Amino acid sequence: MTRQTPLLELRDLDVFLGESHVLQRVSFSVAKGGITALLGRNGVGKTTTLRGVMGLVARSGSVRLEGDELVRLPVHEVVRRGVGYVPEDRDVFGGLTVAENLTLAERSRSGLRYDLVFELFPELKERAAQKAGTLSGGQQQMVALARALLNADNRILLIDEPTKGLSPLFVGRVAVALERAAETTTILLVEQNLAVARRLARDAIVLDQGRVQFTGRMETLVADADLARRYLGLATAGAH
Amino acid sequence: MSTILLLAITGLGLGALYFLVASGLSLIWGLMRVLNFAHGAFFTLAAYTGWMVAAALPSSAPWLVWLAAVVAAVVAGGAFAALTELILVRPLYRRPVGQVLVTVGLALATIALVQGSFGSDPRTFAIPDWMGRTTAIGGAAIPNTRLVTIGAAAATLAGLLAFLQRTRYGLIVRAGVENRDMVSALGIDVGRAFTLVFTIGGMAAGLAGILGATYYGSVDPGRGTAMLISAFIVVVIGGLGSIAGSAIAAILVGLLQQFLNFYAAAGVGDFAVVILLAVVLLVRPGGLLKLS
Repeated sequence: MTRQTPLLELRDLDVFLGESHVLQRVSFSVAKGGITALLGRNGVGKTTTLRGVMGLVARSGSVRLEGDELVRLPVHEVVRRGVGYVPEDRDVFGGLTVAENLTLAERSRSGLRYDLVFELFPELKERAAQKAGTLSGGQQQMVALARALLNADNRILLIDEPTKGLSPLFVGRVAVALERAAETTTILLVEQNLAVARRLARDAIVLDQGRVQFTGRMETLVADADLARRYLGLATAGAH
Repeated sequence: MSTILLLAITGLGLGALYFLVASGLSLIWGLMRVLNFAHGAFFTLAAYTGWMVAAALPSSAPWLVWLAAVVAAVVAGGAFAALTELILVRPLYRRPVGQVLVTVGLALATIALVQGSFGSDPRTFAIPDWMGRTTAIGGAAIPNTRLVTIGAAAATLAGLLAFLQRTRYGLIVRAGVENRDMVSALGIDVGRAFTLVFTIGGMAAGLAGILGATYYGSVDPGRGTAMLISAFIVVVIGGLGSIAGSAIAAILVGLLQQFLNFYAAAGVGDFAVVILLAVVLLVRPGGLLKLS
């Protein structure tokens, strides 16, 4: 993995969901800058890891952001420390307008990047008065991403499967948006579309059965046929 | 014609009381998923606070006394609700059974406290002379208390809608009704919104308590519980978390009760409300104005 000072550091993170021990002493770090992909088959705990960092599920262990311990903070305090979150199911507020969804995400009057948001997703400006629940899946994903991109003081964005269920056109636009966001903010990306992950991510972390199985460069992962087959379900290295 | 008008306005007056109790109940459930069985206690405690304030003031200025009672009841309802949220409900947000037990316990304890302090019988609540009279509308002699209750409920509805639509906290409440975890994940302290919603709900229940005293001419330890049952029905019919839905459902319930109790037989109106509830649950389980 990278030799830079870690921005986000998980140590022995445990999460139980009911009787299931979903994350078992998960430890990894994310370097400052660029995109790190969190990969693995369905159900291995990727989403739970992001939710565990946020505090959306009960967890134990340590989660540090540039040395500051987050694990005892409530969710909103984690966010205020500079952790942005885009959930797997977008979770836009369907009864609110696009503009209200964005307003709700504003954390301070200064440092709001509406210019970037509207440059990447101009239709959000056009549809500002439209109820978010009436948007297409791709447009809802834009709202979800825009909420996270809006605050310039975010130090890291946790983005969960942003291309899930989207048409190829929207997948491309989301990828471009993530590349732009990564110019100024570190991103920890959960992504099932390996082609997108390979295009965007410099580093990769692979989870399997609630444990970290690999951390290192993305190219190392995809070049290792055995790793790719065992943990990503790929028939051959380099396949999508 | 005048009978129909009288029944309609009396039904609207009753619906206005239901709405004032139901609005807070609906917001509290919608945002916090707390089934607040203590909401009737806010109504009762506020009504008795207003009654005590009115009893302690000189009767030479009846309008001022009545207004002081209203203010005292609203403040008492809000304060009692805020303390309930902060002390009893907040530690139990992830334990719904605990919430039910503690709010039921608080409701029973409040009634017992009021009965122990003031007795079980209703106590007369003095109102200004004008409220004791009637106003002729369309040939019907409408008790002025009905008009006051309807006006206060309409003003409360307008205020609540303005709060929800035009303020940041209103935006937080509307979003929280849909998905409170996501509101937290945007960096918003939902706990503050919870306390605010509980307080607003308590204030509305407090207003209902003192308007109930004005409407019936007395305070009664059991009235809050009776109101709560009707308010729960209104909330479910209207749609959990929907203020406008509560208003529509409260009017429907009030009118249905009044007309059927008069034209069919006493008690038929109350039975019909339960049938209406069942029909709504079968046809539109999310209520009349189901939120997205």
